[in-house]
Amino acid sequence: MKIKVTDRIDILPRHSLLSLVFSLAAGLLTISFIFMVFGVNPFYALAKIFSGSFGSLYGIKETITKAIPLILVGSGLALAFRAKFWNIGAESQLLMGAIFGTWVGLNWGPHLPPAIIVPLMFLAGFIGGALWGLIPAILKIKFSINEVISTLMLNYICNHFMTLLIVGPWRGKTKHGFPYTDDLPASAALSLIPGSRIHYATLLIAIATVIVLGIVIYKTRFGYEVRVIGENPEAAKYSGIDFFKTTLIVMAISGGAAGLAGVGEAAGIHHYLSYPESISSGYGFTAIIVAWLAKLNPLYVILSALFFAGILVGGDAIQISLGLPAATVQIFNGTLLVFLIMGDFFLKNRVTLRWRSQRN
Amino acid sequence: MVDISKSFQGVKANTDINLSIREGEILGLLGENGAGKTTLMNILYGLYQPDSGHIRINGKNIALNSPVDSRQHGIGMVHQHFMLVQNHSVAENIALGYERAAMIFPQRKIKETILNFSRQFNLEIDPDKEVWQLSAGEQQRVEIIKALMNGADLLILDEPTSVLTSQETRDLFLNLKEMKNQGHLIILISHKLEEILEICDRVTVLQKGKIVGEAPTKAVDKKDLARMMIGRDVIFRIEKEPMESSEKVISVDNIVVKGDKELEVVTGVSFDIYRNEIFGIAGVSGNGQREMVEAITGLRRVESGRIMLGGTDITNESARYIYNSGVAHVPEERIKFGIAPGLFLYDNAILKQHHRQKFSNKFFLAYRKIKQHTQNLLSDFNVLAPSINVQTKNLSGGNIQKLILGREISESPSLLVASHPTYGLDVGATEYLRKQLLRRRKEGGAVLLVSEDLEEIFELCDRIAVMFQGEFMGVLGADDPRLKDIGLMMAGSLRLQG
Amino acid sequence: MEDIIISVAQRTLIAGTPLLLGTIGEVICERSGILNLGVEGVMAIGAVTAFIVTFATGNPWFGLMAAVVAGALTSILHAFVSITLNSSQVVSGLALTMLGLGISGLVGKPYIGKPLAHKMATWPIPILADIPVLGPIFFDHSPYFYLALLLALISWFALQHTRLGIVIRSAGENPRATETQGVNVYRVRYWCVIIGGALSGMAGANLSTAYSKSWIEGMTAGRGWIVIALTIFALWNPLRAVIGAFLFGGIFVVQYLLQPLGISPNFLAMLPYVATLLVLFIGALQDSRKLNPPAMLAEPYRRGER
Repeated sequence: MKIKVTDRIDILPRHSLLSLVFSLAAGLLTISFIFMVFGVNPFYALAKIFSGSFGSLYGIKETITKAIPLILVGSGLALAFRAKFWNIGAESQLLMGAIFGTWVGLNWGPHLPPAIIVPLMFLAGFIGGALWGLIPAILKIKFSINEVISTLMLNYICNHFMTLLIVGPWRGKTKHGFPYTDDLPASAALSLIPGSRIHYATLLIAIATVIVLGIVIYKTRFGYEVRVIGENPEAAKYSGIDFFKTTLIVMAISGGAAGLAGVGEAAGIHHYLSYPESISSGYGFTAIIVAWLAKLNPLYVILSALFFAGILVGGDAIQISLGLPAATVQIFNGTLLVFLIMGDFFLKNRVTLRWRSQRN
Repeated sequence: MVDISKSFQGVKANTDINLSIREGEILGLLGENGAGKTTLMNILYGLYQPDSGHIRINGKNIALNSPVDSRQHGIGMVHQHFMLVQNHSVAENIALGYERAAMIFPQRKIKETILNFSRQFNLEIDPDKEVWQLSAGEQQRVEIIKALMNGADLLILDEPTSVLTSQETRDLFLNLKEMKNQGHLIILISHKLEEILEICDRVTVLQKGKIVGEAPTKAVDKKDLARMMIGRDVIFRIEKEPMESSEKVISVDNIVVKGDKELEVVTGVSFDIYRNEIFGIAGVSGNGQREMVEAITGLRRVESGRIMLGGTDITNESARYIYNSGVAHVPEERIKFGIAPGLFLYDNAILKQHHRQKFSNKFFLAYRKIKQHTQNLLSDFNVLAPSINVQTKNLSGGNIQKLILGREISESPSLLVASHPTYGLDVGATEYLRKQLLRRRKEGGAVLLVSEDLEEIFELCDRIAVMFQGEFMGVLGADDPRLKDIGLMMAGSLRLQG
Repeated sequence: MEDIIISVAQRTLIAGTPLLLGTIGEVICERSGILNLGVEGVMAIGAVTAFIVTFATGNPWFGLMAAVVAGALTSILHAFVSITLNSSQVVSGLALTMLGLGISGLVGKPYIGKPLAHKMATWPIPILADIPVLGPIFFDHSPYFYLALLLALISWFALQHTRLGIVIRSAGENPRATETQGVNVYRVRYWCVIIGGALSGMAGANLSTAYSKSWIEGMTAGRGWIVIALTIFALWNPLRAVIGAFLFGGIFVVQYLLQPLGISPNFLAMLPYVATLLVLFIGALQDSRKLNPPAMLAEPYRRGER
């Protein structure tokens, strides 16, 4: 039996959507199966997840809160992945943003009114994330160092650097020796929508970022060049597109967007800096799936981010009610990702089986 | 090989081929690109299976379903592009495919055998050296030893001298003669007449998939072979309107260009092209044409020499600068280089011009203008597409090429470089494209046409250069009677002064 | 003082053992051309499998074997997506990490807080273990340690000096050339991914049944990612991996010891990753082929057919 794989050329948007639906359905089915095998009632679990995240006002508010960083990071990753730059380092770009933003907040906050300090914090966060994102870009362009590896390494370097800061020079004087920075001054704390944890400044920035990136990708010269690079690097070279400049700008934006999310988490949720895991529990990695599911389209990232934020919140819910471990959410993410990959494969390839041997 | 035929997706690559070779003989396989030589040998090597016909070894019919079978029957092949692991040593490369390689310490144990073969056939190599350290000639020797060690009695060599210096070629021929004397059978694929006549005992000539002649090499001369290879008497068709000589558009002065493997593949080429003229470069692919086109259009470095466009020196400028200066380029492999397949038509219609003011302002693309432009392009250049909102890869080859051509011509470039523009297109698209090139010529443009299709060259060009091994064998006017020897020039056997 | 040295040295070798096991596996995998970012997940699955089986049977050796099988089976998924489907190896590996961490967390939940009665016993080597100083440091370890060293030696030898090794390395350097020599590159890569998974599973087993005797969620604590860095740091050589594993392991043992001297433990923790980047950086500057990854690592490859 011979398996022949050929490229499919007549792909329509509705095929794309169908493939997505099938992938998600197959994924949910598998997750249910996994739950069953380990003694968890899948219907109850899925229902609880859904009701926990979208079934109550509290749930919806929490979902939106968790979606904010996913939207920001996800749309930045959509841009990077379109240029075929595999940015696995969004996690640390987010943290760098938090670090830069917190520094500004702690040091200049007490002297400045909110209307000035908040934008400054976001600007600092953007710069922090962008700088951290430029490092792997330069390493790739100048030294041909694979960006998957360099961004992974930078994740851990940043992680330890941040811990170093909060147990050392940045340890809060008011924190009785615990590894937290001082609280951000009141002027630097982001206001919340009353009755929720939604820091609406970041939410607005997130939506603005999505719109801006959407416009950039589809309507600007720069976005056009990114799309050509992603489609066919040879044609990009033939067309005279500057890989160097484009890669730098792409990573500055991608890192910067993650940095904005970092400021949001630090100044909107926690109001101080602590261990990296408490500021971002894997947003940088989840955002990869978010971008993938959104087919690298910033506008769809909003929906995709809400979906995965829902899984996160729902995951918390079943953690409490069913006593499931926190890592259960990872099962969702991992399974859905696998089926999305497979769905993408069957969308782009036609597989034919030939039962005869020998003759082609 | 008896009555071998093979088609690929409806195109006949080999038709009823009958070929035989006996012990102690070197057979030459001569033909242009696309004549079917490599396909035929790939069948013999087991990479392809024939649609009909069979293969006999020593009178017995055998089936060759994979290279493993061929190797078991004593057939070995040295491909044009070496299949070696650069970072590994010679011994490791040979041990990879050597059936009798030891499980443990294979490199050590195989060294003895390698050196024996090396001595036997005078193929000097150092088994411990790593492949990247070897010259092209040495790497080829590794491939030959690899084949011999796997028990090849019949050795097929595909265009072996295309990467060798003349000294290395001489050494190779000595080696081949030695192998012949020891009873091996050798098939040499080549498009170079001199070499065939020098080293081969017999020659078979293929043209468009069929055998058009065979003879012992002692009985034929270069002219006979050239005629068989081209397959036609050269007809002069001056159907184009004669144009008055005009101002110079581009002047290429003694340029030297390196190929992908750091060797010089264009070794001092000079020519000028004028307005209202189509300048053609004929020749078998692989003689430096691609690299020269890339050098002119800014996609490859010019090591020495100069290219002047009008009064401006465009040597080694960026591709975008050269494009902006007025050089358009219809590339050789249209899908691989000329378009972004997944993007829509209107995106590809401006692939090279997206930074121009009329399509963009500072940051934003002016999509309304772009779409309008695309519509015009589609109608002006006869591109059949359901709408401009389809992915470009869904168009047929001909329509993609028309789109690319339209895109490149639409700015009325001073020089249009067209590389194998009608390759793989149907008759209708081919004719349309050729008419467009003639129209460009009439409207005051200059065209550089690189093509393997002699019919196309004769139909379109005012002047014709023949490229062989990085140089021009001659630059002749379209009505020059010496063009009848174009076959000899393409095969490297004749050099004429323009 | 002497006791401190012995203790630190011992603990360094113990800490480095799971790293070494995982790295040997990933080296084999990457040498064949496939990048497996899922090591963390596979290790977690190995750990939980070993724990459960050891808990149920009372025999840590059964745990080891089960973990090896579990690791191998899990990585088949990655092999399928990366090789047969020829999809993004990066994304597939990340998915494997998530799945592995998630499933192991779920499966291991009931076992939290229930330590093993019998963890893997140490095997002091007779006579050698009695040598002062060196004895306790080198010759009084769990079998995992000896196994890791043995496997490092065997895999180094296999890769460098056997025909199988040439086949694996060629598949990672130039799969097309390898294919023309009659080798089924897909099959070679499948086996290498599976072996890599088996060894990651073994590393996980070490964690849950020898290193400690309890199961906690997040047992692997990022060791899988250290393995990926270590693979590069060792320049894809199992013997260098031995040095690297104990170096990296040593940093985590010594981290807090050096704190009174004013050296920040977090700074030390950064060093392995910085070192890895430095290795790559130097490799790029030197343009030396010896410092390069396998040429076609993580590159998509489709078996050619006209």
